[in-house]
Amino acid sequence: MKTNDLVKLLATGEGSVDRHVIARRYTVALSVGVIAATLLMLGMLGVRADLAEAVRLPMFWVKLGFVASLAVASLLAVLRLSRPGQQLNGVRYALVTPLLIMFLLAAIVLINADPSQRLALLLGSTWTQCPLLIALLSGPAFIAILWAMQGLAPTRLRLAGTAAGLLAGAIGALVYCLHCPEMEAPFIASWYLLGMLIPAATGTLLGCRVLRW
Amino acid sequence: MQRITNKNQVNALEARLRALLIRGLEGEASAYHTFLVELSAHLRAFFRKRLTRLPDEVEDLLQETLLAVHNQRHTYDIHQPLTAWVHAIAKYKLIDLLRRRARRDLLTDPLDDEMDILSSADSEAAEARRDLSKLLDQLPDGQRLPIVLTKLEGLSVSEAAQRTGMSASAVKVAVHRGLKALAALIRGHS
Repeated sequence: MKTNDLVKLLATGEGSVDRHVIARRYTVALSVGVIAATLLMLGMLGVRADLAEAVRLPMFWVKLGFVASLAVASLLAVLRLSRPGQQLNGVRYALVTPLLIMFLLAAIVLINADPSQRLALLLGSTWTQCPLLIALLSGPAFIAILWAMQGLAPTRLRLAGTAAGLLAGAIGALVYCLHCPEMEAPFIASWYLLGMLIPAATGTLLGCRVLRW
Repeated sequence: MQRITNKNQVNALEARLRALLIRGLEGEASAYHTFLVELSAHLRAFFRKRLTRLPDEVEDLLQETLLAVHNQRHTYDIHQPLTAWVHAIAKYKLIDLLRRRARRDLLTDPLDDEMDILSSADSEAAEARRDLSKLLDQLPDGQRLPIVLTKLEGLSVSEAAQRTGMSASAVKVAVHRGLKALAALIRGHS
């Protein structure tokens, strides 16, 4: 086929283009992800019994804010990486800042604690389950976000996969906050982060294969 | 001085192509056509410079890239520089091609000269006399139907889309891919 013919073929009979495809795809993906994670959490784990008291503690909101800010930052990264030729620029700082704040908080708590208490602060009572449960809750969001991205045009596939996985992980962690009884900064800085990094790493590995177009 | 003029030229070109594409995205077919024609010229030069050792691939890659630009045009943010968007797509398609070729070269049997001797038997002359319909039969339905409807029966893209139940974009992609596959089949038989 000659290039001129292809150009003619492509240019004829097209209506106007829907400008909101990206917003629509991610709205669908995030809704599916959040609803499915919530249903999974309610069905398998249940809301923590003392939620009404927990919401009065500042640490509950610090935890929620940490995860939510990572979710927003990774959503911004996902949106940028879905379009060819857009750079991450400031989004990098938005991703790193909540991490640094959480690490700082964890360090302060550990330094001020009695040395015999430090390990208990780090491991809490649920460290063996927390990362896996977060990864599990992020599963539906992970699939939905990769689906949304597939219909768009990521050009840095590995990075796009990482951002998609991190966003899914943050959604899983956000929902998991309603169940999880842990409230100590060292726990959140390590096990919550690990839970979110599991889907992120999976996304990095799958990106090249799943997101090609 | 030279550099300043170049920069001004590029800026003017960017503004012009961007305006054409935006009008195209709003549904103005003639503006979109001009955009694709002008873009083809720039992309061809871009690829030719980078594929000096594979000149035969330039036109193929250009068409792949035009298809990608067309199919992904909803990912263009009108506040974004057009050059960055097009460049990222062109680079992505270029790397994709080089990667595919590298993989194929690894798999290619270095002894294919010997295979050539075996394949040039007399019977090949008869096999070469395949007519178009036999070649067309080898294409999957999704590619054969759009080609038969638009190229042999002379329907327009939108009529073919209605007849097959495919979207107009899908018909265009199928015609392009189908013709490419046909060309490959013919090359394979000659």
